[in-house]
Amino acid sequence: MTRISLTVNGITHEHDVEPRMLLVHYLRDTLGLTGTHVGCDTSQCGACTVVLDGERSVKACTMFAVQAAGAEVLTIEGLAHDGTLHPLQAAFREEHALQCGFCTPGMIMAAYGLLRANPHPSEAEIRAGLEGNLCRCTGYHNIVKAVQRAAQEMEAPSTDQAGREGRVFTPVSVAPVAAD
Amino acid sequence: MATATTPTRPLIGARVTRREDLRFITGRGRYTDDITLPGTTYAAFVRSPYAHARITRIDTDAARRARGVHAVYTGADLAAGGVNGIPVGWVLPDMKLTDRRAIAVDEVRYVGEAVAVVIADTPYTAKDAAELVAVEYEELPAVTDAVAAMQPGAPVVHANAPNNVCFHWTIGDAEKTDAAIRGAATVVRQRLVNQRLIPNAIEPRAALASYNGATDELTLYVTSQNPHVHRLIMGAFVLGVPEHKFRVIAPDVGGGFGSKIFVYPEEVVMCWATRQLGRPVKWTAERRESFMTDAHGRDHVTDVEMAFDARGTVLALRVKTVANLGAHLSLFAPAIPTYLYGTLLNGVYAFPTIYAEVDGVLTHTTPVDAYRGAGRPEACYVLERTMDIAARQLGIDPAELRRRNFVPAGSFPYQTPVALSYDSGNYAPALDRALQMIGYDAFRAEQEAARREGRYLGIGISSYIEACGLAPSQVVGSLGAQAGLWESATVRVHPTGKVTIFTGSHSHGQGHETTFAQLAADELGIAIDDVEIVHGDTGRVPFGMGTYGSRSGAVGGTAIHMSIEKIKEKGRRIAAHLLEAAPEDVEFSGGRFSVKGSPDRGKTFAEVSLAAYLAHSMPAGTEPGLDATSFYDPSNFTFPFGTHVCTVEVNPRTGVVKVLRYVAVDDVGNVINPMIVDGQLHGGIAQGTAQALWERAVYDEGGQLLTASLMDYAVPKADMLPLFETDRTVTPSPVNPLGIKGVGEAGTIASTPAVANAVLDALSPFGITHLDMPLTPATVWQAIQSATRRG
Repeated sequence: MTRISLTVNGITHEHDVEPRMLLVHYLRDTLGLTGTHVGCDTSQCGACTVVLDGERSVKACTMFAVQAAGAEVLTIEGLAHDGTLHPLQAAFREEHALQCGFCTPGMIMAAYGLLRANPHPSEAEIRAGLEGNLCRCTGYHNIVKAVQRAAQEMEAPSTDQAGREGRVFTPVSVAPVAAD
Repeated sequence: MATATTPTRPLIGARVTRREDLRFITGRGRYTDDITLPGTTYAAFVRSPYAHARITRIDTDAARRARGVHAVYTGADLAAGGVNGIPVGWVLPDMKLTDRRAIAVDEVRYVGEAVAVVIADTPYTAKDAAELVAVEYEELPAVTDAVAAMQPGAPVVHANAPNNVCFHWTIGDAEKTDAAIRGAATVVRQRLVNQRLIPNAIEPRAALASYNGATDELTLYVTSQNPHVHRLIMGAFVLGVPEHKFRVIAPDVGGGFGSKIFVYPEEVVMCWATRQLGRPVKWTAERRESFMTDAHGRDHVTDVEMAFDARGTVLALRVKTVANLGAHLSLFAPAIPTYLYGTLLNGVYAFPTIYAEVDGVLTHTTPVDAYRGAGRPEACYVLERTMDIAARQLGIDPAELRRRNFVPAGSFPYQTPVALSYDSGNYAPALDRALQMIGYDAFRAEQEAARREGRYLGIGISSYIEACGLAPSQVVGSLGAQAGLWESATVRVHPTGKVTIFTGSHSHGQGHETTFAQLAADELGIAIDDVEIVHGDTGRVPFGMGTYGSRSGAVGGTAIHMSIEKIKEKGRRIAAHLLEAAPEDVEFSGGRFSVKGSPDRGKTFAEVSLAAYLAHSMPAGTEPGLDATSFYDPSNFTFPFGTHVCTVEVNPRTGVVKVLRYVAVDDVGNVINPMIVDGQLHGGIAQGTAQALWERAVYDEGGQLLTASLMDYAVPKADMLPLFETDRTVTPSPVNPLGIKGVGEAGTIASTPAVANAVLDALSPFGITHLDMPLTPATVWQAIQSATRRG
């Protein structure tokens, strides 16, 4: 067992973990943050994508938890802020960019990393930027539209300084979600 | 639109964003693997590395002794524990049944078949211990190709089917068809391979079973499209668990596409093991396990003959298909290449006669069952690919050949030569609109010009028919179904006029929580936020057949409608009593019961709801309360249709196909939510395009699945697909009062031949008339090379 300390969605956690434990299993099983999903075992599907240190999207099945020691991890549960959706979350809903919802957290976190690196992507750049994330329901059409919409929203001055839309849902603690 | 939005129905037909989305976009969805109960243990399966072998010895001692391991079970343990085989839910005449065990006993018949299960404290320890189970096999010869499996001397999959033929099924008039083909001016003949696909819902299958010994209650959380079907089959046939002590919950389910209809071995093992251990047991598939054990789809080899007269009018269709069923009969496997395929071979055309025969063949491969479209894409591919080959052979434009042979508008209901009666249709407008959107004539001119520059553009058309909501129960029962195919809905009105609807349909991405609420809110004249949709739990929903075959809107939606009608009728009687009017003088509109001619004399729906529960003043003989349950058994299928057109460019140097544009004009009857309908089409088109261009399950000769990961099996990515251009015509179905036809599979059915036809059209200057899918760069490049050498 190795003792690690890391920050997830703004909260610092300390745990003893097996060195072989994947980051995604640490998030899901140790912290109970089940919004990050596992869809494959070969780093193809991207359902487990999280954002590391504020900008880089990574596949949490491709990292050991011990490699994330000292890092700041942002998961889908931490993306909304003070009960307001991030523009990507709002745009995914507005554009019907999800059906079964399983790939959605990873897709949104991958798009987050994409827009950090390239705030004004073309359609082709969005498609290329999301090629590490598989969706079997939407044919990607509405996902592309949602990322385009979010990119526009994030530069629009009408929203608040954090680029978020108005209060749209009751905040839920981003501390570990109790699985029942 | 025939029954489009009116002022009193603001939601039906409106683009309402989905109510279920909030939990999914914030990470608060609850899928099976997200659920962990106190004391949960974890299962890992030991699986056969051979396609066919005799199990000579299983040594589980080391695994049992490993730290954290609770139990190791083999097939013999399950058999001794009273676990029966998993039955098949559709039985054809003279069909050979296979004894499918949740864990193999003595013999394994496909790579990935379970031979033992280890249950331990954590998933990691379970997987570690699974590697300690020592299995000795005597490898036996295997056969994976269905045509080869029928040959004399082929390895035998099940001893009771000596030539591996599980069933031989026919439909139509053989003599009449033979005669028509003999007398035809032109007969187009082609062998078509519809390759095996692997569904790949992004959520892997999972099951969590929990047994409470004090109450004798068994609960199963499972990735299911139809939890009541799971409960009935597992409870009554496999495990002997009484239905009233068995609760099956299908929580959020991450895509199904058919693959989560069926009762699978792992679910049976979880339910049995939790009763042995007294602790919850959970299993979640690794993707590799999904590839090996989720039911596969398609896998047909077909010889087709399509006969025409001198003017290009269709005279007859003769089809002979060999369908690979895999190593065991999955739940609905026998129905897919027969009643969901042979009956669809009339397509949108006026064939005077059709004859089809199908051999269902067992092989040493993963079982094959329904995958999005399930028989209908295979039928559509046979027709639409052949129609394009015929157009070239006859020298008639492919659009014109189709139009010439459509079932004429005005001849509905239309009786086909293969048993079905089409409810309603008008095929030419959808074709015309699709051609107009793509700019057909302009594209043909562009194609000509491009060819002179050495560029190869192609256009492909596919005019399809789908059949939704398999019905009625009496008929499907006579055809071999071991279940009815109705749907139920309970609408419970609360005293405050809020409504909870319990539907037997199940959403695994289709958006029922939104569309059914749109329907109910409009019909009751209440706010959509006053309606809750409950599905996927046998403990809450009275009964249901689940979601597959694009049945939820047409069948599940109608069941809701029927319950609402009953509620409105009871409400009208209560309102009349309160208003001191005759019931026939009370009408319901906009959420209010009022006296005809005196609109100010009325009661709101909420007031009547409260009155029904207070029961202080009820009409004589009327029970308190306000709820209703309906079981809707449709009189027929519904038949959506449409035309899809695709344009591509083929790079002759690399064989790479680029999809340039994709136009879909569909007629799915009345639409509840156009946003969701478009979304269903987008996803279906992506899956169908992927079959045409990329996806193929590959077994080697020894039966190893070579495409057992997402590195080897080409599920399309965002940068492989275009934006899709959609439009609709609207021909309501007369089958149900909502006029709904269904949309879940239309995109998959239509798109595969549209894309394949486009590629073959692009390759026509090389003299290439047909290539089997997938039309990968290697396939296309090799075909161009051979054609050029033939030159």
